Formats: sequence, C-alpha cells, structure tokens
Amino acid sequence: MKTTAPLHSLRRHQRKRGFSALTVLALLLSTEIILATGMGFLAISPWEVMEVIWSSISGLSLPPAMNPSFPFVVMEVRLPRILAAALVGGGLAMAGAVFQAILLNPLADPYTLGVSSGAAFGASLALVLGIFGISAPAFFSVPLLAFLGAMATLAVVFYLAAPDGRLSSNTLILSGVIVAAILSAGIGFIKYLADEQVGVIIFWLMGSFVGKTWSDVTLLTLFTLPCLLVMLYFARDLNILALGGRMADSLGVDSRRIKKILLLAASLLTAICVSVSGIIGFVGLIIPHLLRLALGPDNRLLIPACFLGGAILLLTADTITRAWLPTELPIGVLTSLIGGPFFCLIFRRKQLGQRV
Amino acid sequence: MSRPPSPAMTVSKKQPLFVMRQGCFAYRTNGGGMVLHNIDLDLTPGRFYGLIGPNGSGKSTLLDLLTATRSLQRGGLLFQGRDIRAIRKKELATRIALVPQRFTSNFDFTVAELVIMGRYPHIPRFSQPSSHDYDLVEEAMRSMQIDHLAPRLFSDLSGGEKQRVVVARALAQDTETLALDEATASLDIHHTIAIMREVRRLVSQQGRTVIAAIHDLNLAAAFCDQIIVLKDGRIYQTGGVAETLTPELIAAVFSVQAQVEAATHDHPLRIHYTVESP
Repeated sequence: MKTTAPLHSLRRHQRKRGFSALTVLALLLSTEIILATGMGFLAISPWEVMEVIWSSISGLSLPPAMNPSFPFVVMEVRLPRILAAALVGGGLAMAGAVFQAILLNPLADPYTLGVSSGAAFGASLALVLGIFGISAPAFFSVPLLAFLGAMATLAVVFYLAAPDGRLSSNTLILSGVIVAAILSAGIGFIKYLADEQVGVIIFWLMGSFVGKTWSDVTLLTLFTLPCLLVMLYFARDLNILALGGRMADSLGVDSRRIKKILLLAASLLTAICVSVSGIIGFVGLIIPHLLRLALGPDNRLLIPACFLGGAILLLTADTITRAWLPTELPIGVLTSLIGGPFFCLIFRRKQLGQRV
Repeated sequence: MSRPPSPAMTVSKKQPLFVMRQGCFAYRTNGGGMVLHNIDLDLTPGRFYGLIGPNGSGKSTLLDLLTATRSLQRGGLLFQGRDIRAIRKKELATRIALVPQRFTSNFDFTVAELVIMGRYPHIPRFSQPSSHDYDLVEEAMRSMQIDHLAPRLFSDLSGGEKQRVVVARALAQDTETLALDEATASLDIHHTIAIMREVRRLVSQQGRTVIAAIHDLNLAAAFCDQIIVLKDGRIYQTGGVAETLTPELIAAVFSVQAQVEAATHDHPLRIHYTVESP
C-alpha cells in the first residue's frame, strides 16, 4: 500500500513555501540595490545604473549619450557603500539568528555576549591613541582594534563560561553581561581621557557607511560568505540545539562543540560588521525575530532568509539617511529610532497572543 | 493490572547491554563534590529497569552517563562491549533515546517538526526524511495519541500533550534502549499509565530495554522487572521488585514508614505509606 503520508505532504508544502520566500527576498534585494544606486543628489535611472554595472563587468563601452560622471558615481561612490550596507545588514541579521538559536532566547542579538562592547572599546582605544598621536592612521587602526577587542571579549566570555560543561545559555548570557559592564566602564574612562575630542568616539559608536570603499566590501565578503556556509552547514544541528543541550546531546549532536563553532562564526561576523560600520542596533534582533514569525523557526530556511532580509532592511535605512533626509543621520541612531518602537509593537502583540 | 512474566528467555546468555565499573562522577560547578561513587552496574537487554531513590541521589546523572550526554571521571562504562566514549555520538543516538521530565521550547516548532527531530541521528546531513522515517514518526505519534496535533504549535499545547510529544520523539528515534527521566512525573494518572503501558509493550513484545527513573514506587512496582536503588550517589541495592521494595529498604532509603502488600494475580505489589497525622 503506497499512500502518501500527510506529514510528507505537510513538509513538502513547507519546503516549497521556503523556496518561494527566499526567491522573493532575493528579487527584492537586487531590485533595491539597483534603485538605491540611482537615488541621491544626482538622480540616475535604474536602466542607466544597470548599463554602468554591466559595462564594468563586461568591459563594453557605455552609450556616448550618458552623463560622463555616472560611471564614477555608481561604481566608486554609491555601489561600494550600498553593498557594504547590505552585507553588514545581512551579516548582523544572520549572526542574530544564530545567537538567538544558541542562547535559546528569541530576544538575543549579535551584541548579547558583549562583542559590540569589545569592538567599541577597541575602536575607542584606537581613536584616543590617535588623539594623543601615538597610533597608526585611524582608517587602519580603528577597524583592527575593534576587531581584536571583539574577539578578546569572546575569549573572556568563553573562559568564564567554560566550567559549565554544556555552555548553557544562562551561563553564556551572564558572562557576556559581566564583560560588557566592565568594558562600558572602560569606554567611559577613554571618553573622559579624550576630553574635548570625545565627539570622534561618539560619532564612530553610532555607526555610519559614509565613505565605504571596495576594500571594505571585499573584507566583508571574505568574512560573510564563509560564515554563511558554516552556518548553513550546521543549520540542522542548530534546530536540534533549540531542544536544549541535554536533549541535543542525546540525539547525537555534540552540543558543546557546535555551540563553540557557531558562536565563533557569529561573533566573527559581528566583529567584522562592527569594525567596518560602527555599532548598528536592532537589525540583528528584529530581522530574525520577524522572519521567524513569518517562516517558522527552521534554521535551514531562517539563516539564508535573514541574510537577505537584513540586507534589505539596512540598505533601506542607509538609503533613507543618505538620499532622503536633509542631513545625514548616523545610521545606528536611525535603525534604533525606527526599530525600537516597531519592536515594542510586535512584542506587545505577541504578549497578547496575536499572531503578527 | 497484570503484567507478563519477566522474560526468562535467553537473557542471561545475551551480551550485557551496559557494564559500569567503579563509575565516579562529579560536576565541575559543584565544588568537586562527587555525585556518583564507585557505581557497579550490569544491565541486560530486554528488561524494564526502574531507577529509584530520593531527590539528589544521582538518578538523572546516571541516566546522563548511560546516554553519554555526560562522561565518567573515573571508572569505565561499556555499551554492548565497547567503551562508550569510543562510540560516535550520532551512532549512539541511534541506539539510546532519552525522555526528559520537562521540556520547553522558546521557538515555535510544530508538533510534527519536533517528532521528526527524533529521526535526526538516522538522516544524513542535507537529506530529506525518507518514507520509512515518516512511517516511524506517524506510528510514534499514533501510539502517543497525538497524531491529530501534528500541525499545531508545541507552545500552544497543554503540559500533558507536550510530554506525549516528547515521548513520541524518543519513540520515533527507534532505539533498542530507552532512558526515561521521570518521564511521567508531570502527567495525570491516565496518561501516566498509557505511556508506561506503551513502554512496557516495547520491552515485552519487541525485546527493547528501558531504564526509567521513577519517583512513584507503586508505578515502578507495577511495570518494572528490576529495581535499582540509589542513595547518596551509591547503589544501595538492585534486584527484583519483591526483593527490593521492602518496608526496611523504604525506611532506610526514603525515611518513610510503609507497608508492602505482595503482588497477586489481580494486582502488582502495592506500597501503602504511613502518614502520621500532625
């Protein structure tokens, strides 16, 4: 007797929905990249944007009627910034999804373990050393020290949590909070040292994509793609980890090892995003949360969807501040100002038991 | 409730399932205090073992050791004649399943998704479940009477329904050995008996092995073949139901006065606790 099990069809239906969701998100993102590149002080039509991009890929010459400054504006000014914003948004959202899954907490974000405080401390240190004239040029030392700060923080958090054989979420979150509190005090001290020039530090901490170049995009791609692959590879194990360490172990997942690998990948991703763009809040919290509500908690679908969704959201925010607002607002402020109240709304509706 | 006689079969000639010698375990976060001391244990396949003892006597820890979710600090543990640490976790998970007492999920998985996770150790990475997998999952859900809940969200279920989902997941794992850690402690008496019966059936009819930490001594008396008594991290006694569940042992291990009524054809061994009025 060969009857199709109802579960079988339920699952096939889910997978189909997943594929179409990813396709829609990918189409949205590509459209947005083209449209956003055309927007700004110098308006360029989407068609011309595509012509410029195509000519720089294929090496074909451009139609002579086109404004000769367009290729420079598209390829050297806007596109690097737009791709950097998309990659950072995607990276933060993916990292957020992984942190939420490992810490068994839908309200965790890429900064929960104090990685952002470590990065902020490193960047502040580089900036204040620059103020005193001790360090290398800021464009090089700030991202480097931010990255080192983030990774050092992760190492300390792991060290504090290590006696807990299963790296349980409470232990990890507590360790993160402790380290972050110490680092905040350190940042406060550095700001005090910086005295009148404290503005440089504050501005960096609020995040920005101004002046991002192809080398930033390359750096981000070099980190984002391997991390995406690692996360996809372990996505099924991550689903099992959602059952808790003991259950996951009894189902044959080496929970301690996989937690370590994935926390490392997610923190690496967060560190590189923060060191390129400063601290941008809420993307890593809202996107995984929203997409989980829409698509369900299966990480095999959720993680790639978060990459696309995070890219769309942060690119939208960056385009608003770059092309629409009369003066450019720090993007970290914008995402938190829009994201915060929006999140309150979702949170409240969820508390009331309504499906969003 | 009558119960089939304990399988006399060829059990004694079979290879032992678990052999633990001088097993010691301490939690690192516990200031180094030993939780289990010099445990010697031999478990034979095809039996229903009841693990009893006061709170904190080391029952859950012992189950963790047998399911290799924790490992011994001293001493040795063989599973089917092999050092358990040398067996790949995923392979072991196709042979032993664990049912915890409580299970909560912060993420909105559906019932079907959670039960299918029991097939995880059997399905290679990046593969989809086969029709055999789906068959086992549906059978497990039917036996726990939760097949109608398949598309529902786990978080929306009642406590009893949730626990049946957890048992169904372990059944879907389709292992020859099942470890139950107070699996029915949060259930009403109807579902408690339903689950114990199903588990007993797996032992009696399919020759699987069950080791269950049980608080309710009457439940242990009704369903188990063998009782393992733990006290303060040591094995106090092991043996058959009538042999172990005596007033003397209950007084010594639990500090409770009790009368024991021997098993008859009509009912299993019964324990009546003496509760002094205040």
